Amino acid sequence: MSAAAEPLLRVEDLRVSFPTEDGVVHALDGVSYEVARGGTLGIVGESGSGKTVCALSTMGLTRGQGAEVSGRILFQGRDLLALSERQLRSLRGGEIAMIFQDPLSALHPLFKLGAQVAEAVRAHQHVSRAQARARALELLELVAIPEPGQRANAYPHELSGGMRQRGMIAMALANEPKLLIADEPTTALDVTVQAQILALLARLQRELGMAIVIITHDLAMVAEMAQQIAVMYAGRIVEKAPAELLFSAPQHPYTWGLLRSIPTLERPRDERLAAIPGAPPSLIERPSGCHFHPRCPYARPAHARIDPALQPLAGRPQHSVACLLEAPERARIWSELRAGRTPAPAAETASGAKGSDEAAGLTAAQRRR
Amino acid sequence: MTRYIVRRLLWGALLLVLVSALTFLLFRILPTGEPARLRAGRNASPGVVAAIRVDLGLNRSLGEQFWMYMKGIFLHLNLGYSYYSSASVRGLIADRLPATISLTVGAAAIWLLSGLAVGILSAVRRGSKLDRAAMGTALVLISAPEYWLGLIALYLLAADIGRLRVFPGAGSYVGLTSDPWKWLTSLILPWLVLAAGNAAVYARLLRGSMIETLQEDYIRTARAKGLSERRVVLRHGLRTAINPVMTILGLDIGVLLGGAVLVETVFDIPGIGRLNYEAIAHSDFPIVQGTVLLAALFIIVANIVVDIAYAYLDPRVRFS
Repeated sequence: MSAAAEPLLRVEDLRVSFPTEDGVVHALDGVSYEVARGGTLGIVGESGSGKTVCALSTMGLTRGQGAEVSGRILFQGRDLLALSERQLRSLRGGEIAMIFQDPLSALHPLFKLGAQVAEAVRAHQHVSRAQARARALELLELVAIPEPGQRANAYPHELSGGMRQRGMIAMALANEPKLLIADEPTTALDVTVQAQILALLARLQRELGMAIVIITHDLAMVAEMAQQIAVMYAGRIVEKAPAELLFSAPQHPYTWGLLRSIPTLERPRDERLAAIPGAPPSLIERPSGCHFHPRCPYARPAHARIDPALQPLAGRPQHSVACLLEAPERARIWSELRAGRTPAPAAETASGAKGSDEAAGLTAAQRRR
Repeated sequence: MTRYIVRRLLWGALLLVLVSALTFLLFRILPTGEPARLRAGRNASPGVVAAIRVDLGLNRSLGEQFWMYMKGIFLHLNLGYSYYSSASVRGLIADRLPATISLTVGAAAIWLLSGLAVGILSAVRRGSKLDRAAMGTALVLISAPEYWLGLIALYLLAADIGRLRVFPGAGSYVGLTSDPWKWLTSLILPWLVLAAGNAAVYARLLRGSMIETLQEDYIRTARAKGLSERRVVLRHGLRTAINPVMTILGLDIGVLLGGAVLVETVFDIPGIGRLNYEAIAHSDFPIVQGTVLLAALFIIVANIVVDIAYAYLDPRVRFS
């Protein structure tokens, strides 16, 4: 493969598990994805789907928590899992930076904002305090913090949520990273501020040419930013596609659920948003077979036994899904869902009408749980 | 901030007036002996005792005595005179204070440094053998009474009676200005004994506070910045974790400046604590009053200092 085509980040079969008193938490179970240089990947899933562990593992921050990590995380061709702690540290905050969900808890409460940004500069560049300070002010200006000189002397609790997150972003950009991992960057913010932060990230990406991995539970948010989207469920990627394909022809029932829970202006106002029934499964004792089957309205009895692999669609290699339903069946259900109808229970191709009754009965029982 | 400090100082002054009134009443209402008789010695004639009563002002009404006492303290900083030796209480305290300050400051430095070091190591290596050994030792030191530790230390290490004759023993204290080297060596054992219990308390306190802090999101941020683990723990972690420790440090120093009675007595150090101990043994009320008042002063000042320091340690409390 030529250097140009080599992605910036390639994660291969990443598995992360944490032994706990209650059992082993399988936070990531064979996750693979790629991020192109300057590109944006959206990782979408509910809380507990493993998406944050995904981000932390890339930074090597699940080390030292007793986590068992296997697979490969290739950043510019180097396997991050094989690096020493020291080598990893020089990447962290340097070529790979991260911003977090709640900037109030993620910023140190007892240090001034300017000092925290300057510290990030000095962690990777041999510059004087004064130079680091000057660079910090530049960065605060870059993220459109008004009166950066004054804000640099403020403590985090004296700033608004939006300003704090801008400060976090300034800190992350201190060393012009090639990859920025944004873990729920707008979840803790007001709606209007959310839009500003997303616009800021988009502008910075254009200006600095960095790749972004944006992690969120909100499909609508990544719709605008990401070229590639990976949908995670129970520690696995269940669907992965370019953004326009994922929104125009989603394949996984879980993705359908996520899409149908987004409020839109086009939809009639009185139409209820569809919630996905049930709760995300425990990552200690995951459901058998397809992990989504207890919550899937279209699951058949066999799906409790067979574990689907993430496979590319026929004729559409860039779009993969891990679902046991047949492609035409999925297309039919999605077109009915999109038309606002409740799709008929999936027709069982192999075992006929009796099987489909069983399937309906099974799902109903599971929905009652 | 200035208004806050002024308000605290005024309250502190009022509290001192109350404490002095209370100590006065306490020792008049609950006397342990007739001071004039103690002063007069054995087999003194009633005439002598009466004369002494007049001399000490004990023949006046309680109200008059109180008024004289309070006037003396607050107008002339006069704490009265010893019933026993006639020396001025202020002079006695001034003589004894350097020894108590030497003892307190040195011990505080030792317990703070060792407590912090052990606390940090234990927190970072939580559950390790080192952690368990340190916390076990801490429990023993917290439980051990100071006078017992003092006697053990003298028995093991004192130059006169010890098994290993390493450090000068009891009664070897000399002032810093008269012989700095002797001052230092004579204080090593008392410092260690006085510091032991507090070092253990501080180590446990800091360990808990550090473990909690290291789970904070901003510690993850510090790691994500690419900082060394050392800097993450010692700068980002310690800066927050140390706050509760600094709070009790101020109070502990305030309390000890009022006299470390047990350690001063065991090691025969002429400090405020031993002055107090001797005065109690002689029913020498003016001295007891003076030392109690001094202790109250230190504790009140320490409280104010701690509160003001806290506003600087944690900017989040400054404006609330």
